Amino acid sequence: MEVTKPIAEDLFTETGDGPRIVGSRCGTCHTVVFPKATSCPRCGNDEMDEHLLAPRGTLFTFTTQGFLPKEPYTGPETEEDFTGYALGYVELPGEVMVETRITEADVSRLAIGMEMELVIVPFRTEPDGTQVTTFAFQPVGSDS
Amino acid sequence: MNVAIVGIGIHPFGRFEGVTGLELGAKAVRAALGDAGIEWPDVQFAFGGSLAGSLSGAEESSQADQLVAHLGLTGIQFTNVHNGCATAGSTLAMGAALIESGAYDLGVCVGFDKHPRGHFNAKPEQSGLPHWYGDLGFMITTQFFAMKINRYMHDFGISHETLAKVAAKNFRNGAKNPNAWRRKPFSEEEILESRMLNYPLTQYMFCSPDEGAAAVVICRADRAREFTSKPIYLRSAALRTRQWGSFEVFAPWLSTERGHSPTVDAARATFEQAGVEPSDVDVAQVQDSESGAEVMHLSETGLCADGEQEAMIQGGETEIGGRLPVNTDGGLIANGEPIGASGMRQVYETALQLRGEAGDRQVPSNPKVGFTQVYGAPGVSCCTVLTT
Repeated sequence: MEVTKPIAEDLFTETGDGPRIVGSRCGTCHTVVFPKATSCPRCGNDEMDEHLLAPRGTLFTFTTQGFLPKEPYTGPETEEDFTGYALGYVELPGEVMVETRITEADVSRLAIGMEMELVIVPFRTEPDGTQVTTFAFQPVGSDS
Repeated sequence: MNVAIVGIGIHPFGRFEGVTGLELGAKAVRAALGDAGIEWPDVQFAFGGSLAGSLSGAEESSQADQLVAHLGLTGIQFTNVHNGCATAGSTLAMGAALIESGAYDLGVCVGFDKHPRGHFNAKPEQSGLPHWYGDLGFMITTQFFAMKINRYMHDFGISHETLAKVAAKNFRNGAKNPNAWRRKPFSEEEILESRMLNYPLTQYMFCSPDEGAAAVVICRADRAREFTSKPIYLRSAALRTRQWGSFEVFAPWLSTERGHSPTVDAARATFEQAGVEPSDVDVAQVQDSESGAEVMHLSETGLCADGEQEAMIQGGETEIGGRLPVNTDGGLIANGEPIGASGMRQVYETALQLRGEAGDRQVPSNPKVGFTQVYGAPGVSCCTVLTT
């Protein structure tokens, strides 16, 4: 059986209704932040509750990464096989715009305002064979 | 503000094997002192900035006050400034405030840096971010610029051709500047067809890290004529950080409520303090980390309205002979970005233009009001207004 582990604890979780990314919500001004935080950047309050973010939203903006990132990037690619990836901000209404990997790397198939949904995808494989997973967003209706 | 710039000095921007960052800084200071006709022992205080050592653990000193070992141990008050890409702008703002306070009459503000190829390997923890953020490949400043301009193009109808035109202009201006690093013009086609680094931005739309230094001598305005027949007056200098909802670099999330950039606040404060309207500006230098930044900073500073850039740039208004010449020395795109020096290069260029001494790239209409703006991580902006 394939062993997987998330790229970081407390970043995302599985629920009965599918995966969710984990943020915090301020107990005073109700501002939502991502990832989990101990104080509120809006009002300065230090009482924050865990908050599961909405799994669907719209694409606020995007770009592509056309060159292999240097450290601290730990993706699996090398200069020889790097083909680029896309990333952007997905707006989760009333919550936050979350910066995320986008599964579709062809910019002609991405458009600002399009519907996006959360998925958990493989990121890289550890030397012992453990697959490291991360959150990403994909255009709604595309094959996962 | 009653502060005058009475001496300006620059060390060319580029790569200088075997010369330390401190030596670059010292050369710029000596040039500024010579321009003001004074000696280092005449200087009462200094503010200096350099960032090299704080990024990717460069070994070389980035402590600007070490310049005294090159210039003379006169015992003066020398303050180090460390304020992202707004470092040099901040030295000038702090220097001017010290003169305004009445504490001193005459000081030096200097910025320098020496970044190796491929510098700026930011670590997430240095910015208070979790490790996974870097793991996943988000710790890359160029992505931020690309995502910000992509949304701006969508909202305000800016074309890819306009992005190319900005870079072509800056390379062309740089070719006329003997102190610029990149002195070869590129066509708009070459710029559009160069490698796509971060959509919609191609390789030739970006600036690169390099080396350089610039310095100014400032004094109480009523003493300016003791040092020069062509004083340039610093009418204002303001520095602001980000507000709730602003869209900044290295942000795992943004608020869904949109706020404005720190440049909007810094520019407003600067114009207000100077008693000058953006429409009065005859020559401007704005942060062009890439083409899109120049486009967006033109509206964030109030020099035009959102969306006006398309017609303005296509119509050649930001060219040296245009209505509002922008980045007349080639900007960051042609000069590269030694972070600590960048804002002072802008002030140097603006002073040169206002003096009418900019040679082949002189703005022809006898400019009297200049404006500068720098923007940097994690959301800090510094602007100045200079006049004859």
